[in-house]
Amino acid sequence: MPDSVKAPVPTQAPVVEMTDISISFPGVKALDGVDFRMFPGEVHSLMGENGAGKSTLIKALTGVYSVDSGLIRLGGEHVTFSEPAQAQAAGISTVYQEVNLLGNLTVAENVLLGREPRRFGGIDWRAMRRRAAEILEGLSLDVDPNSLLNSHSLAVQQLVAIARAIDIKAKVLILDEPTSSLDLEEVAELFRVIRSLKESGVAILFVSHFLDQVYEISDRLTVLRNGQLVGEYLTPELLRIDLVQAMIGKELATLDDLENKVHSGERDVAPTDGVAPFLVASGITRKGAIAPVDLVIGAGEVVGLAGLLGSGRTEVARLIGGVDRTDGGQLEVQGATIKLRTPRQAIKHRIAYSSENRRAEGIVDELSVRDNVILALQADRGWFRPIPRKRQDELAASYIEALNIKTPSADTPVRNLSGGNQQKVLLARWLAIAPRLLILDEPTRGIDVGAKAEIQKLVYSLAENGMSVLFISAELEEVLRLSNRIVVLRDRQKVADLLNDGLDVDDLLALIAEGVTEPEPVTGAAS
Amino acid sequence: MKQYVGRAFTHRLFWPVAMLVALLAINVIAVPGFLVITVNAQGHLFGSVIDIVRNGAPTLIIAVGMTLVIATRGIDLSVGSVCAIAGAVACSIILGSPNPDDPVVVGIAVLAAIGLSLLMGLWNGFLVAVLGIQPIIATLILMTAGRGIAMLITEGNILTVESAPFKFLGSGFLLGIPVATIIGAVIITVAALLTRRTALGLLIESVGINPEASRQAGVRARGLLFTVYAFCAVLAAIAGLILTSNQTAADANNTGLFIELDAILAVVLGGTSLNGGRYSLAGTLVGALVIQTLVTTVYTVGIPPIATMVFKAAVVTAVCLLQSETTTAAFARWRRRSVARKPVTEAVVSQ
Ligand SMILES: Nc1ncnc2c1ncn2[C@@H]1O[C@H](COP(=O)(O)OP(=O)(O)OP(=O)(O)O)[C@@H](O)[C@H]1O
Ligand SMILES: [Mg+2]
Repeated sequence: MPDSVKAPVPTQAPVVEMTDISISFPGVKALDGVDFRMFPGEVHSLMGENGAGKSTLIKALTGVYSVDSGLIRLGGEHVTFSEPAQAQAAGISTVYQEVNLLGNLTVAENVLLGREPRRFGGIDWRAMRRRAAEILEGLSLDVDPNSLLNSHSLAVQQLVAIARAIDIKAKVLILDEPTSSLDLEEVAELFRVIRSLKESGVAILFVSHFLDQVYEISDRLTVLRNGQLVGEYLTPELLRIDLVQAMIGKELATLDDLENKVHSGERDVAPTDGVAPFLVASGITRKGAIAPVDLVIGAGEVVGLAGLLGSGRTEVARLIGGVDRTDGGQLEVQGATIKLRTPRQAIKHRIAYSSENRRAEGIVDELSVRDNVILALQADRGWFRPIPRKRQDELAASYIEALNIKTPSADTPVRNLSGGNQQKVLLARWLAIAPRLLILDEPTRGIDVGAKAEIQKLVYSLAENGMSVLFISAELEEVLRLSNRIVVLRDRQKVADLLNDGLDVDDLLALIAEGVTEPEPVTGAAS
Repeated sequence: MKQYVGRAFTHRLFWPVAMLVALLAINVIAVPGFLVITVNAQGHLFGSVIDIVRNGAPTLIIAVGMTLVIATRGIDLSVGSVCAIAGAVACSIILGSPNPDDPVVVGIAVLAAIGLSLLMGLWNGFLVAVLGIQPIIATLILMTAGRGIAMLITEGNILTVESAPFKFLGSGFLLGIPVATIIGAVIITVAALLTRRTALGLLIESVGINPEASRQAGVRARGLLFTVYAFCAVLAAIAGLILTSNQTAADANNTGLFIELDAILAVVLGGTSLNGGRYSLAGTLVGALVIQTLVTTVYTVGIPPIATMVFKAAVVTAVCLLQSETTTAAFARWRRRSVARKPVTEAVVSQ
């Protein structure tokens, strides 16, 4: 039985009330008798580890999944939605975890999809652009509404999805990991919008693995573990350590221990001395993406890339990973000049790039966990040299264990895994090829607190054993914790290259925002 | 119990197999001796079922190649034309030789036909993989141009050949079994082994499901596309040779006409999605058998020829509807309900 429900009932009646909800999938009981409620004018965070059932509970509410048992009330009325459109019509507006927009349409079209302003029976394109521009401005998002959605970074796409949801007149707004690829600036903007919606009486469901954000924005918390309700709490009354314990269901000591290990190991600050660097990039550039950049990555060195949204971090990573071609400059691997035209060539040089966009560029969702883990390794060996089935099973099993991937079996299609667990599968794929340089673009996106520490520890120990890492994360603490050196990018240029020697988040923030040269507004977001 | 029934219902081959069984049942009702197989004086197997597996062989052979093309998220509309070209090349070589009954001549003719088709396949692969033209458009080019090429080869004539070794391909028997059937069986087996015993199948599926993720994982998508279109064209040539041999004539206009549609249908009936990705050669086999049985049923039941197409369409629609995601989801839900309800009853019993 779950803990006692601790939060006192506010004077208002709940707008959403879900009682005794159960949903099973083959091999998993995703939800098991869960109760959940939301009050108007409150931000309610849904917490739990990867695979705890958060997204499933949301999808049960919005009619994506039909429940095996249980009752759902909206504004006191019993409802059963058989498809998401009905939930939307009833006033539940949702941003799902996996951004689901149409990349080949414009930003404006995506924001107003299905609700295009009409005139004389056709779409009023001018009104549409104006309307979209207004909405985007409300989020302080400075993008051209006429540009194709595909041409923007994942963070912008995420913001567009949010813009789309908050425009719909809603009683309930659901945001499933809306901040997973956002930087501090955008998160601040989003929170400003959330607060104003909250004041106008909207009930907001918020999911995030960033505890800071959860504590900052939410009034109430519901914790799930393994598909079961642990309890409902008022945020100010629940200590962080208790929250973490409620989520992972373990003694806190374990996690503490783990964090300590990551922190403690004395980093040799400059492992490059005397050792030939693994990779030297001189003036690599790509038109419209990144100005010429120099970058040196030593063997066994972890280099962090820091910068704001649109600063060019991902662009640099993609050039080194062979995903995009350079327009100029030169790459040297272990002293030899190389040309990278495809990711395959990068892999041949033992350089692996793990994309930030796991859905579009990472996982192959209909294939099994096993196939996804071995994919890069198999592609590298060539089709006529299949990895023996036994070896495949061993590989899959070892990564499922090492990364604590929650899946009914190695045969389960990856699309059936929770978001965080899909991310771990992607990570496993790259670890399996034993790269010399691993480029991690937001590797802990959507990964829960416990697993994040595990992954950081893993990166740390791999670097100890000589693997180089290029690390990108919107979470500066993470960059600081892992990196030997930090390269700061701003406006698609390199502005600093520092040894991580006593730096803290504020130092980094100052550099990122102001740069070392002339201070100028960084994005339209800073208003 | 209901659980097992439910599982059978949601198996991807359930509906195609059910349809095949139903069609056979209709035939048995119409012609009681339908399933009977006899051995004739020459020791050849004989009967309606044998006709089905022989006449269905060309469609099956092409459908095997089509399955792999579709798995990469592509389609090949040019297979019918490639059939015609292959037939035309073989027949013109045989006719041009002083000794049409010489197995060597026939062997050269067959190899030439296959070789030319291989080039056609590479051409398709080039358009799709290198130029990035959408497969349906890219192969439409050869679909229309191909009959013209065949026409040039035959110089506008129907080439009738009298060649025992060539006739053997389409209507001969080996150990009592039709040669066409044996060729079909060998091809589907080889394709299955080639793709499932190596990593080829995995890589093809991966490219079909998520091309960009596959590229980033180091999969050589371009090479795979070339291979798959070339393979499909070679199989189309083999099917074309069987058809031509069966008719003992190469007809640029009619050999393999509309066979691309039957092949695509067979693939889809077998449960491989036109969106690419996971494919099933076993499904394709069942799909091809359903289509051929359908043709036979039209005759045995005596459906007027003008209604044939409508009848075929009805059957295909039925299978597709039953296989659709919505139906599958409904079945899954029904199954889940029945499973979820179970513990409740148990609890009641134990109290
Ligand atoms: N469509 C599906 N088919 C089968 N299993 C599923 C499906 N969706 C979710 N699951 C399973 O249900 C469980 C809960 O998944 P859910 O996506 O709700 O987790 P989550 O709490 O949102 O995790 P995360 O933090 O990683 O997003 C997981 O074990 C997952 O594998
Ligand atoms: Mg989730």
